[in-house]
Amino acid sequence: MLAHPDLTKLIFGRLTLEALPLHVPIVLGTFAVVALGGLVLVGALTYFKLWGYLWREWFTSIDHKRIGIMYMILGFVMLLRGFADAVMMRAQQAISFGDNMGYLPPEHYDQIFTAHGVIMIFFVAMPMVTGMMNFVMPLQIGARDVAFPFLNNFSFWMTVAGALLVMASLFIGEFARTGWLAYPPLSDIVSSPDAGVDYYIWALQIAGVGTLLSGINLLVTIVKMRAPGMTLMRMPVFTWTALCTNVLIVAAFPVLTAALALLALDRYAGTNFFTTELGGNAMMYVNLIWIWGHPEVYILVLPVFGIFSEVTATFSRKPLFGYTSMVYASVVITVLSYLVWLHHFFTMGSGASVNSFFGITTMIISIPTGAKIFNWLFTMYRGRVEFEVPMMWTVAFMVTFVIGGMTGVLLAVPPADFSLHNSLFLIAHFHNVIIGGVVFGLFAGIYYWFPKAFGFRLEPFWGKCAFWFWVVGFYFAFMPLYMLGLMGVTRRLSHFNDPALQIWFVAAAFGAFLILLGIGSQIMQFAVSFKNREALRDVTGDPWNGRTLEWSTSSPPPKYNFAFTPLVHDHDAWWMMKKHRYQRPLDGFVPIHMPSNTGAGIILAGLSFVFGFAMIWYMWLLAAVSFAALLLTAIAHTFNYHRDYYLSADEVRRVEASRTELLARHV
Amino acid sequence: MSAHDDTQHGHDDAHGHDDLGIHATFGGYMTGFVLAVILTIIPFWVVMAKVFEKSSSAAVVILGLAAVQIVVHMIYFLHMNTKSEGGWNMLALVFTIVLVLITLSGSIWIMYHLNDNMMPLMNPANLP
Repeated sequence: MLAHPDLTKLIFGRLTLEALPLHVPIVLGTFAVVALGGLVLVGALTYFKLWGYLWREWFTSIDHKRIGIMYMILGFVMLLRGFADAVMMRAQQAISFGDNMGYLPPEHYDQIFTAHGVIMIFFVAMPMVTGMMNFVMPLQIGARDVAFPFLNNFSFWMTVAGALLVMASLFIGEFARTGWLAYPPLSDIVSSPDAGVDYYIWALQIAGVGTLLSGINLLVTIVKMRAPGMTLMRMPVFTWTALCTNVLIVAAFPVLTAALALLALDRYAGTNFFTTELGGNAMMYVNLIWIWGHPEVYILVLPVFGIFSEVTATFSRKPLFGYTSMVYASVVITVLSYLVWLHHFFTMGSGASVNSFFGITTMIISIPTGAKIFNWLFTMYRGRVEFEVPMMWTVAFMVTFVIGGMTGVLLAVPPADFSLHNSLFLIAHFHNVIIGGVVFGLFAGIYYWFPKAFGFRLEPFWGKCAFWFWVVGFYFAFMPLYMLGLMGVTRRLSHFNDPALQIWFVAAAFGAFLILLGIGSQIMQFAVSFKNREALRDVTGDPWNGRTLEWSTSSPPPKYNFAFTPLVHDHDAWWMMKKHRYQRPLDGFVPIHMPSNTGAGIILAGLSFVFGFAMIWYMWLLAAVSFAALLLTAIAHTFNYHRDYYLSADEVRRVEASRTELLARHV
Repeated sequence: MSAHDDTQHGHDDAHGHDDLGIHATFGGYMTGFVLAVILTIIPFWVVMAKVFEKSSSAAVVILGLAAVQIVVHMIYFLHMNTKSEGGWNMLALVFTIVLVLITLSGSIWIMYHLNDNMMPLMNPANLP
């Protein structure tokens, strides 16, 4: 590039034109489509002059509702990418038998399954769960925002920066070929000298900063900012599970950060933490990563249990059965989730005593989870169950998750695990609990709280299409994998010799196709609902006859959420207020103290992205400059004293009066 | 800065230190500082003067002093006690200690077994 090789190296590090995938037609095609789509999007935003609006109202927003919505959008966009990876794998495995080698070379296939796992966990499930907590939890506890609004914006953009790094690896260089947890020795510098594992490390470290800070933020919000009268045992169950999840995030994510930092030191500085020389031990990485990894499973699933609890109670028109036992079950799961991590590596050789201990703790954890299932069933029992779309997802969850839970207990038996580990049985199991639990729950939550977020309901026809395609598609895609796993087929293979297996993979690919139709239906659902938004308008703010405080305010809620902080006398606060014929206060408004928007979060995250990219490609000069800029911006931000303002009482009165008028018109 | 620090919580930033058992006094910080310095000098001396024959006993002493150091920091610098923040600090501390104990003892137990079963050559006694 430049005439002087040393200068080129200083500026571009190890990044050369070779890193661009000019010789791989599949990637090049993808790049063309993505670039074209991006250009159309940028063009449309410029044409409709939306950049200013987006920057002022969304990107720099520190309103927890908008940040929550942006998290959900990020999660959905990344779901499309992660699902594209899944379709490619299913298609490859369905055709790659005997002489047919399929269409993906092994080194490409290995990147795809790694990227699929990383994206689905870190950039789909995590943002969606965080977004859900961000949007709903402050409304449920009667707060006006989270405890640290700026930090919330910063956390979101750090997550985006991590996601962008993963996306960049598609077109500049390669992604890791190590599986989603990057075990050494495969991930060390000798076995993986290219930039793939470095993309992995820096993407997760940068996104991890966001996750940890948002965990602290939401935890403090729940502990310190509940409406007066809302004692811990009066909190809605979703808020309870959010509390447990954020405790888990704060306790577990530092372990991931430390493990990845040690791996990075091995790769960058030549240390020997996870090598087999000089006292290093690769098994320690596996141990550390699962000390984070198992709680992570519960970080994802606990808030979703909360969503199901809210949905079941609302659509059964009954208080949740066994509120107290639900809370204790969540807390017990929180603690127990730290006592089971070894079941992810029973076969690594720890021996009978260690394996039995962790096998038994794993089986014990199914008890509180089972208690929750019974609580939901008893809530439905003799309730007036209304099968709105969220309730349909909930019922599908209960059936599917129980199957996944039972195969999990099966895998918890160490002798069984010795024959089933690393097989497609395991793959089927964890997709069964993650799709059947986390994903179904998120979809239930999206449909349930969508009217609160946007002021209009989602259209049920396409919602039901999406439901049936997803659920049937899930069973088609993963039941064959259970069978294949029992036959001994191992995971992460790109080619098979036994033609008898092919029919199962074809069935699984058909399942993936049905899920594709499900995702298509969801996109249709958003489009059709937006088009018919006037007919679907929710004027009451309480479209489902809900029970918790978020339904007491308008849809979408005003910037300040509640004109007056609600007083709570019992759980199901809004239900009680309705029962006691609560009247909205119509005057006596006071100015409201609000946080101001700031661009610091997106700028800091942008610099982090540049820093991460520079570190990946050994561009030391750029890394040093961007790191210095990062520190300077952070310090400069502390001198920004225009952080808050008062929304005048007149403005509050105006907003509340327009709602009064709206309510009066639609009684 | 919360948009919510109206009147109902006694714990917001402006008057958040009223209910702490130990007030942030000069004397308190000095006591903490002196203790911290002493607890840092002893390990330094243990290493520099080679007080112990076996390096493992030196490591145990240093780790023990580090644990005491943590307590000193928590009491004198972080002003933690059983009543601060309505007991939340203590609850969080107990939870943290439980998790750290599980993680450390579990890892040591697991790694001991793994090394014994899977890496016999790391133990000098097993070398051929």
